[in-house]
Amino acid sequence: MEITLQQVIFGIVALMMMVCSVLAVTTGKILRAATALLFVLFGTALFYFILGYTYLGAVQLSVYAGGIVVLYVFSILLTRSDKNMNERIPRGRWFAALATTLAGLALTVFLLLGHGFALGGIPVMQELDPAVIGEALIGMGKYQFVLPFEAVSVLLLACMVGAILIARKH
Amino acid sequence: MEQSFLDYYSLEPLTRWIHDALCGVMSEDWAVFLESLVIGVAILLAYAVLAVVLIYMERRVCGAFQCRIGPNRVGGKGGLLQVPADVLKILTKEIIRLKNSDHVLYELAPYLVILASVLSFSCLPWNKGMAVIDLEVGVFFVLAASSIGILGILLAGWSSNSKYTAIGAVRSGAMLVSYELSLGICVLTVVILSGTMSISGIVESQADGWNIFKGHIVTLIAFVVYLISGNAEANRGPFDLAEAEQELTAGYHTEYSGMHFGFFYLAEYLNLFITSGIATTLFLGGWMPLHVAGLDGFNAVMDYIPGIVWFLGKTFFVVFLLMWIRWTYPRLRIDQVLNLEWKYLMPLSLLLMLVMAVLKTCGLVF
Repeated sequence: MEITLQQVIFGIVALMMMVCSVLAVTTGKILRAATALLFVLFGTALFYFILGYTYLGAVQLSVYAGGIVVLYVFSILLTRSDKNMNERIPRGRWFAALATTLAGLALTVFLLLGHGFALGGIPVMQELDPAVIGEALIGMGKYQFVLPFEAVSVLLLACMVGAILIARKH
Repeated sequence: MEQSFLDYYSLEPLTRWIHDALCGVMSEDWAVFLESLVIGVAILLAYAVLAVVLIYMERRVCGAFQCRIGPNRVGGKGGLLQVPADVLKILTKEIIRLKNSDHVLYELAPYLVILASVLSFSCLPWNKGMAVIDLEVGVFFVLAASSIGILGILLAGWSSNSKYTAIGAVRSGAMLVSYELSLGICVLTVVILSGTMSISGIVESQADGWNIFKGHIVTLIAFVVYLISGNAEANRGPFDLAEAEQELTAGYHTEYSGMHFGFFYLAEYLNLFITSGIATTLFLGGWMPLHVAGLDGFNAVMDYIPGIVWFLGKTFFVVFLLMWIRWTYPRLRIDQVLNLEWKYLMPLSLLLMLVMAVLKTCGLVF
């Protein structure tokens, strides 16, 4: 069987994501966990680029890497909580974590068995015109998303109001 | 309009020929891999060479503005070998490991900064058919890639475990996050005018006139706002308060030595170049030659100058403008910096975007 360049890159990125996801939950320092999470998000962005969803990849980079992780790091910096987090985990939580992991594994295996691994099914990077994406985001027809788009902005507004309420000093 | 002049120096036939020749010898995947490897090395080489050129230029320009000569001993009369000598010196310096600091993050941070810088560097349009990363969402990708650098700065400041670096990092993080807004909105103004986000598309849409002339006064103001916020994004004076020497020794990279410090230094200069290169692409026509309506002979002569010369010439002109600003204005305080962005530049750029959208819908642009 021929291994294509795309599959090699996919393998490398997938390996990086797996290692970093494990690191993100096992490391004792919160800032290291945030950095490992950052690399997982980079990996997701790379997957989007491999698939040709360059818009989504760039959004992933700018919103998660440039936005959310920066916010995490900023808040960690300002709160100075750099003590070790490797504490003993209660037995109940241990079982809950194990059950969640097994459920996730079962779901993935089920999906893989049901649909097969899309070997070679991925089109070689074909980009979508941003104008099409833009129209889909603000269009009102079928398969167009103006309602979710606006609902998310209401959520953001609520977050901002909440932040102002918390930050006000009385 | 006659546009054949665009193809005089196009590299596309050459790259296509190389690709086809390689595909004849090996499978296409290996060919792509080999090409990517060569291009990657070429990008890193260009990156390093440009850094040397920019540092030399900075020292000469700074000397001129301060009424002194600048480097003039090493390597003959112009001090041409001063910067290569500095490079050799920094390469041989010891890289210090700090006690009580987070080693992993401390050593990772410079690479994050350089990664962001190289990623956006490879999006620059050098010539026709000579763009390395040319996505449909090109400009947006540049903005996204350059935002990774903020994380590197924050991590560097935190993991050095020093008060100077922590304060420097928080200051510069706040500044970079703020100025990204007006920068992005100015870019959007041009995207509205050109009708595309692809970098090669934006350059090609300026074949009949640079954007700075096409958008009436709006793009001119947007250009100025872009330069101000781009200067802040590159962490350079009058916005270099991340490393305000009098208060913070050297800001977030105080504790770094050797080539780790060199990476921050390199990224700062290359970010200056990238800011100027994107400004050239968006407002000054990228690698497009200068045309004056009516002067056909003049235009024909201009067409024979290769695109890369145009691109580098315009970019270094913008670099010179930014250096001029740096060595002329005193440093701002952090509250003044944030006031300037949130109370003046951001509302102004929003207004510019609105006016541009109205002009474009009414068909009032050239």
